[in-house]
Amino acid sequence: MINKILVFVEQRNGQIKKSSLETVSTAKKVAQELNAACEAVIIGDTIENIDVIGEYGIQNVTHIKNPDLYNYTTSGYSKILSDHIVECGADTMFFANTAMGKDLSPFLAVSLDASITVDCTELNIVDGDIIATRPVYAGKALIDVQLSGNKKILTLRPNVFPAVSNSDTKADVTVKQVDGVNLDNKVVEIKKSSDKLDVAEADIIVSGGRGLKGPENFAMIEELAELLGAATGASRAAVDAGWRPHSDQVGQTGKTVSPNLYIAVGISGAIQHIAGMSSSKYIVAINKDKDAPIFQIADYGIADDAFEIVPALIEELKKT
Amino acid sequence: MKIVVCVSHVPDTASKINISSDRKNIDPSGITFVVNPYDEFAIEEALKVKENLGGEVVAVSVGKENHKESLRKALAMGVDEAVLLKTDSELDSMSTAHVLADEVKNLGAEIVFMGKQSVDYDNSITGQLTAAILGYNSISVVVELNINENKISAEREIEGGREVVESSLPIVITAQKGLNNPRFPTMKGIMTAKRKIIEEKSIELGESSTKVLGMKKPPAKQPGKIIGEDTSAVPELVRLLKDEAKVI
Repeated sequence: MINKILVFVEQRNGQIKKSSLETVSTAKKVAQELNAACEAVIIGDTIENIDVIGEYGIQNVTHIKNPDLYNYTTSGYSKILSDHIVECGADTMFFANTAMGKDLSPFLAVSLDASITVDCTELNIVDGDIIATRPVYAGKALIDVQLSGNKKILTLRPNVFPAVSNSDTKADVTVKQVDGVNLDNKVVEIKKSSDKLDVAEADIIVSGGRGLKGPENFAMIEELAELLGAATGASRAAVDAGWRPHSDQVGQTGKTVSPNLYIAVGISGAIQHIAGMSSSKYIVAINKDKDAPIFQIADYGIADDAFEIVPALIEELKKT
Repeated sequence: MKIVVCVSHVPDTASKINISSDRKNIDPSGITFVVNPYDEFAIEEALKVKENLGGEVVAVSVGKENHKESLRKALAMGVDEAVLLKTDSELDSMSTAHVLADEVKNLGAEIVFMGKQSVDYDNSITGQLTAAILGYNSISVVVELNINENKISAEREIEGGREVVESSLPIVITAQKGLNNPRFPTMKGIMTAKRKIIEEKSIELGESSTKVLGMKKPPAKQPGKIIGEDTSAVPELVRLLKDEAKVI
């Protein structure tokens, strides 16, 4: 029996993350179907526009506040969130499956003795319970999972569920000041790798592979990405060759992504790469080998040299 | 210092996955199983810590008899001992974490390494669950690590950057690609590993808190379409992306 769903809303630098708004809208929908209550909690110091959560479906929001909570830490957030969940009486918790959600949710599972399933891409209500579908083997298969027990935790893959803003209602935000934040883990610095988007969060990704022949040729990938407002990704071959950082890698030993548009340039489509990106809504492949496996899953393929096609594509996009 | 490294035995990432006849698991026939790629970074880091600070590295795996192959590889890379916590049951992350936590306690280890996720079920929570059960500190998805006496400084990957985290022992660290370059086993290492005895323990399992109702293949994508073989196809591509797919 699910009576009350609590959504953990994530902030970085005082800004609410888009993936959390997706989670808010999804939790609201599930709660309506189950006739359950639905609340949200956000942890941090000063946070902008918390009441926007209301527009995405949740009215009742608690802001747990302390300067030591400005940055996420495992030790700081887990105890405070656990106490809040007990206090508010939620039996089901939703997180976005982000770096923070993945790190934090298991601590709650242990402290609350809850069952947990992560990285869900579909939720269905069957006989008053949530059945979660999630990819395994990097998306080569899917499983349907049911959680047992009285407390349940689910994390939702970013970019899969829609964030639906369908009202002007602002949320009622209750600020809860706390003290004594546990800093057994302390974040002393956040190093930004660049101002560019992360592949895990992007709506459009332009990825390059071995067909680009060298790191210098990623300049055109970056130019194309910038034109499209996209993140840049890379195949394992390009990462293992040292051309691109590991954080750009898409595939089974990199990131599994589901953007609206994935443009694969000079990527042949090894099975472990395909596993990580085949759930993209639209796939474009540019590769000179027309027998490359990537073309089997590409919605739109151009079988020609990337060094011809990418500059032409950049020109064409600049025209419009 | 006692260091535990947890090793999972998984299908090679080049494997094609087929579903078993009961539709709840994969069909293992024809699949090559290997050390979980992220666990290789964990093994390497455990060995580096031992080389710098002294101590002993014990590799632990939870699973079937065939997990010994991955433990054997860990021994060949240089870990001192290996333990198989043997079960034929499919374990979820929570059950695995409880079994691992018991063994870590039993061994009295202060540092536990494991891969940030296992590339079979891709849960990426077993390390954090193990830390939570043990009451240890935890840093997940680590790409850089420094241990200085009791002080730990690590960088963990987050969206678009890294967090620099300070913590202390005892701790569970989960390894991300980029943390190091795993060594290859030497011939001497392989020979030594062959002679070593892998300790086997049978384990008691409580009921799993997650139930897999079924496994299926993802919906097949429409067969791909090549729209052209030279630059003349580029305007058509842009048109399709704008008008048909509506993604740009």
